[in-house]
Amino acid sequence: MLSEVDLAAVWLTFKLASLTTAILMVVGTPIAWWLARTRSKWKGVIGAVVALPLVLPPTVLGFYLLIALGPHGPVGQLTQSLGWGVLPFTFAGLVVASVFYSLPFVVQPLQQAFEAIGPRPLEVAATLRASPWDAFFTVVLPLAKPGFITAAILGFAHTVGEFGVVLMIGGNIPEKTRVVSVQIYDHVEALEYAEAHVLAGGMLLFSFLVLLALYSRKGTNAWK
Amino acid sequence: MKSRFIALPAGLVLAISSLTAQTAEVQVAVAANFTAPMQKIAAEFAKDTGHKALLSFGATGKLYAQIKNGAPFQVFLAADDKTPARLETEGDTVPGSRFTYAIGTLVLWSAKPGFVDDQGEVLKKSEFKHLAITNPKTAPYGAAAIATLTQFGLLDSLQSKFVTGENVSQTYQFIFTGNAELGFVALSQVMVDGQLTGGSAWIVPADLHDPIRQDAVILANGKDQPAAQALVDYLKSEKAKVIIKSYGYAL
Repeated sequence: MLSEVDLAAVWLTFKLASLTTAILMVVGTPIAWWLARTRSKWKGVIGAVVALPLVLPPTVLGFYLLIALGPHGPVGQLTQSLGWGVLPFTFAGLVVASVFYSLPFVVQPLQQAFEAIGPRPLEVAATLRASPWDAFFTVVLPLAKPGFITAAILGFAHTVGEFGVVLMIGGNIPEKTRVVSVQIYDHVEALEYAEAHVLAGGMLLFSFLVLLALYSRKGTNAWK
Repeated sequence: MKSRFIALPAGLVLAISSLTAQTAEVQVAVAANFTAPMQKIAAEFAKDTGHKALLSFGATGKLYAQIKNGAPFQVFLAADDKTPARLETEGDTVPGSRFTYAIGTLVLWSAKPGFVDDQGEVLKKSEFKHLAITNPKTAPYGAAAIATLTQFGLLDSLQSKFVTGENVSQTYQFIFTGNAELGFVALSQVMVDGQLTGGSAWIVPADLHDPIRQDAVILANGKDQPAAQALVDYLKSEKAKVIIKSYGYAL
């Protein structure tokens, strides 16, 4: 039912979403922790920057990433001087773009989970002579587990659904940057509606099941 | 006395109908590569006829899908001749209204001055990482680029360097930002008033690929709409042809 090209796109999308989610859990956790605990005047600024992809059209993000990561952009100049070349049209470039694009979907649930825990359990842990790291791993992590699950699911699903940014910096290269959403777009453009339906229907079903799993979890608010 | 009462409403009706005729709007779907010339033509069209053309730009395949699904376009300017012909056989057009409004010119373009020579030899030297083309499955400019590379015997060796834009505007963007060193776009995108807007280019000889015939058609929605007919007539006028040619199209 799926052609070889379609399967390659599905596999690539899976790889991209998995890697992006893994990076976001590592990068997003300290950001969310800082946002949840800080009294800094920068909290508002950082929070707003993290949330930008929620409201910006992907074309804006994609356009600026194309310029910034390109050979004349600041990031492009840096990656070139490090001998890495430039990121657009590469899988690594898609990962970088997806990390930005899905950042709020990971940081916000984590931040809310951390805020819900509050300072009290950590203070108690400190009186029991737990180091801050120890307290984070033995007290905060278990308490915030539902938040981590929500963050991972939303980060993964949102990356799978990414289109505009990938279209603008990907260059539509098979097995490197042609993800499912772009492949669907190609099928529709080429008037191959039957092929488009298989992938688009699959995407719809996948997204629904993910959200169903998320919202059906017992006893937890989906955003915590 | 009586006749004056009748004459007044009759005059009003006449005045209103002529007013609405003057300010009629026509909704036009335009292929992305024809964006710049069409904006200019629409401005002149408004000045000369008083009609207003509302322009929607996009890839031809997407516009086709929108037209098939009830988009309110009255006139369609496609990037190829296949799509309007298909709409015609499917009964979505005003029969007999199809005509060629422009013949596209393919150009190999780089944003860097001096990078592309006037014989296209740069392709054989292969000293670049990315060659931008437009999706050959959907865009005639992409198909023409593939035909040209095939003629040169370079298709296989250069395939791994392809980055593909969904329409010529996106391909242009890849090259303009320097992310692809060079690529095939429409001459209309890099030429204004017969002058290259920047960088370096090789105008691909027309005998290297099938002509990029761009056809227009009045859609079923535009049937008996004076503004739609006026726009089509205007596109065929000498004034419009001068504008179209100044962007590097043949006719």
